Amino acid sequence: MTDQGIGARVKRKEDKRFTTGHGKYTDDVRMENQAYAAFVRSPFAHAEIKGIDKSAAEAMEGVIAVLTGPELVADGIGNIICGWAVTSKDGSPMNMGAWSALATEKVRYVGDAAAVVIAESDAIARRAAEAVEVDYAELPAVAVASKALAAGAPQIHDNAPGNLIYDWEIGDEAATDAALAGAAHVTEMEITNNRLAPNPMEPRSAVATYDPIEEHYTLYTTSQNPHVARLVLSAFYQVAPENKLRVVAPDVGGGFGSKIYIYPEEITCLWASMKTGRSVKWTSDRSEAFMTDAHGRDHVTTAKLGFDADNRIVGFKVDTIANFGAYMSLFSSAVPTYLYATLLSGQYDIANIHCNVRAVYTNTVPVDAYRGAGRPEACYLVERMMETAARELGVEPTELRRANFIREFPHQTPVIMAYDAGDFEANLDQALAAADVAGFAARKAESAKRGVLRGLGFSSYIEACGIAPSAAVGSLGAGVGLWESAEVRVNAVGTIEVLTGSHSHGQGHETAFAQVVADRFDLPLDSISIVHGDTDTVQMGMGTYGSRSGAVGLSAIVKALDKVEAKVKKIAAHVLEASEDDIVIEGGQVKVAGTDKAMGWHEVGLSAYTAHNLPEGMEPGLKETAFYDPANFTFPAGTYICEVEVDPETGVTKIERFTCSDDFGTIINPMIVEGQVHGGVAQGIGQAMLEQVVYDDDGQLITGSYMDYTMPRADDVPFYDVHHASTTCPNNPLGIKGCGEAGAIGTPPAVINAITDAIGTNDLAMPATPQAVWSALQASGKSMAAE
Amino acid sequence: MSKTHVTTTINGTRTEFLCEANETLLTVLRDRLHLTGAKEGCGSGDCGACSVTLNGRLVASCLVLGVEAEGAEITTVEGMAEGGELHPLQQKFLDLAALQCGVCTPGILVAAKALLEKNPDPSEQEVRYWLAGNLCRCTGYDKIIKAVLAAAADLRGAA
Repeated sequence: MTDQGIGARVKRKEDKRFTTGHGKYTDDVRMENQAYAAFVRSPFAHAEIKGIDKSAAEAMEGVIAVLTGPELVADGIGNIICGWAVTSKDGSPMNMGAWSALATEKVRYVGDAAAVVIAESDAIARRAAEAVEVDYAELPAVAVASKALAAGAPQIHDNAPGNLIYDWEIGDEAATDAALAGAAHVTEMEITNNRLAPNPMEPRSAVATYDPIEEHYTLYTTSQNPHVARLVLSAFYQVAPENKLRVVAPDVGGGFGSKIYIYPEEITCLWASMKTGRSVKWTSDRSEAFMTDAHGRDHVTTAKLGFDADNRIVGFKVDTIANFGAYMSLFSSAVPTYLYATLLSGQYDIANIHCNVRAVYTNTVPVDAYRGAGRPEACYLVERMMETAARELGVEPTELRRANFIREFPHQTPVIMAYDAGDFEANLDQALAAADVAGFAARKAESAKRGVLRGLGFSSYIEACGIAPSAAVGSLGAGVGLWESAEVRVNAVGTIEVLTGSHSHGQGHETAFAQVVADRFDLPLDSISIVHGDTDTVQMGMGTYGSRSGAVGLSAIVKALDKVEAKVKKIAAHVLEASEDDIVIEGGQVKVAGTDKAMGWHEVGLSAYTAHNLPEGMEPGLKETAFYDPANFTFPAGTYICEVEVDPETGVTKIERFTCSDDFGTIINPMIVEGQVHGGVAQGIGQAMLEQVVYDDDGQLITGSYMDYTMPRADDVPFYDVHHASTTCPNNPLGIKGCGEAGAIGTPPAVINAITDAIGTNDLAMPATPQAVWSALQASGKSMAAE
Repeated sequence: MSKTHVTTTINGTRTEFLCEANETLLTVLRDRLHLTGAKEGCGSGDCGACSVTLNGRLVASCLVLGVEAEGAEITTVEGMAEGGELHPLQQKFLDLAALQCGVCTPGILVAAKALLEKNPDPSEQEVRYWLAGNLCRCTGYDKIIKAVLAAAADLRGAA
């Protein structure tokens, strides 16, 4: 390891512009002749559109156009689609209802756009949007998934009878039932995974420009995957052919999944730019973000976990209802199936698992992947059930886990996944030591003296990253391949540009990716630049989500570096009159090993481009491209331990310690990786203790601002104690597993297990607000237990 | 709508602009003066991404009207570095990677600077309470709090 290569705590290259206010985000982009869009949004959760009167808005000074759904459809703009086909257990395809970027006949959630106003200023556009008169005929609405499945519930899409999108299963139901019937102990729970709003601090934004001469569109937008955006905008939404559409995702201010998808607003801005001949800009305000950004989670699950007399798990049966909202978002179908049910084996050797999932339409904003995407739901279920089972069985929670850990790899679970590497006990032991669990009893006694309840909770998580082998996901219904691309350009002066299909929206790729290149060729970090986020510059790529940039994106870069190295060695061997096998690259030099014959790295670059003296038949230039398709998912895992104090009189809960031991495989930049864990843990604490999207019975969004939706703030969270005990991933060249989502996955059960340990009842739902904790204590009759 | 002429000082430079009566200071900074460091994260004063100082007082510029800048001294994140040299807070944020996506960072830096001007030796809890008005979704605040404490120590050492 060098001071700038793999494993070094290199300061981030992007941070000078971010700390000085010079980041360039979509809303910072200003085009000449720019107009502004404001959307006319439904105040009803479910209504027919009887008519739209634009006249008052059109008459306002500064209004350029008022556009509606029928006009958009008439211009051939296609419906928004879900790109992953999931088949019901009876063999029928999923029931995908039509989703037009601007509603045509019906609106299906509060915030669904019925029209758009284009005006000279944002303020005029917003005022005019209020003047557009939409004649709605309100329909009964339903916001809760289980109610949407009930007989007589409002029918949201005609082609999804009973609001059922699919009824899917995985695993062997008969074998699981038999195992549970023969179990010595069965733990049963009903668990809700609360609905969350992702809330990246940068709201979504789009600036669309149509050039009528070239019939060409340019879209600046807040995307985690600009090439995927271009692909679907072109192939499915019929906005423009790919070669006539440039998508740029400049600096992007956080995504957490919510910026994977191509939303109605980006489509509408592109179309409106063509219609009006103006650049059209739209930036979401925070209320629109709560109303229209895809939400996360929202599962209700009943489950049974059976044990034999030796406390070994014999079977796990799960029945989940997943709320999809009013429309099927881009990857929504995969979240409660292939990203959830496939992780239900957790870290444990379980022979029999069966999971049934019903996906349901409701009159709420669409639900899709949010940091973790299915894996937090699986982990929360498994780890709360393990902790509860341990309490019921009267054994230490850690010992119950140890008794069931998978210890040999590779390990094939009964739910598709084949875990490739891990050492779960190493993570557990590291976390136990770091958290000073041995000293917990004394700390608990000390708390009790102050009349305060202290609790300890564990979570041993596993997740799947590096999505994913294209053929495998294709066989499961994915509409795209999930490889990644890279292009490495060595310039004639020896500096390097790496073009990657991955996209950085806070992850520090400009630094970490450059470290890998610096490490490989022993070059200064400053001589390496990472380029991403522009479809005109970078070849097709699949983008950043599912913690895939290290495991998949960097693997593509390594593959391209392999090709560059081979060519460099051929050139040097030719110039230095040596064998390729004897060429080594180090210290800015390309040398013949064991001799003093050498040429500078930059001289190789120059040789490649002057092409005066290249090996016979070699093409000039030094630029290589690679596409990397992963061989398997990767499986980050670890143990988190949370220690809390609960004031029994108020329910106020304080996290006293939060300890992580993660196995991420190879770590490129520990400083960046720690930050990823910190942020994920904070989001997990948010889910566990603070955050909850609430719709009322009429489908009105109650939590539409930061006054109503509680985000974790600086005084809500502790310092985090982060450790690593790693095994190398055998399935990619650098041995990387991924670190972006682990915190959000592993944290919620650790927190709830700690609080329930403190208050002595398992009956506690997220978010564990002071009121919820106090109420649980009252209900359990243990509120006077603190002594 | 007729515009109002405003004369103000921004980051030490006398500045004039025309704005509408209902335009926020944040809109003026971003759209008229092209100082895009301050961000709109909520528009309701709940997230702190638009933090600037007005006559030395920390404010959410989304809740201040542009016309209120008349005769005032305004500082923004763009005014923190002096002559190309980063402010110790900026340097510590960079050294410790106390930021990720960068959207909340300008507001947090401005807010932290305002804290250290009032209280050069804050405790961890004082920093957490002061910055509770600034939302960050990426970092979990850990490195932010440590960077502010480290910058405070540096500034005390230099004083």
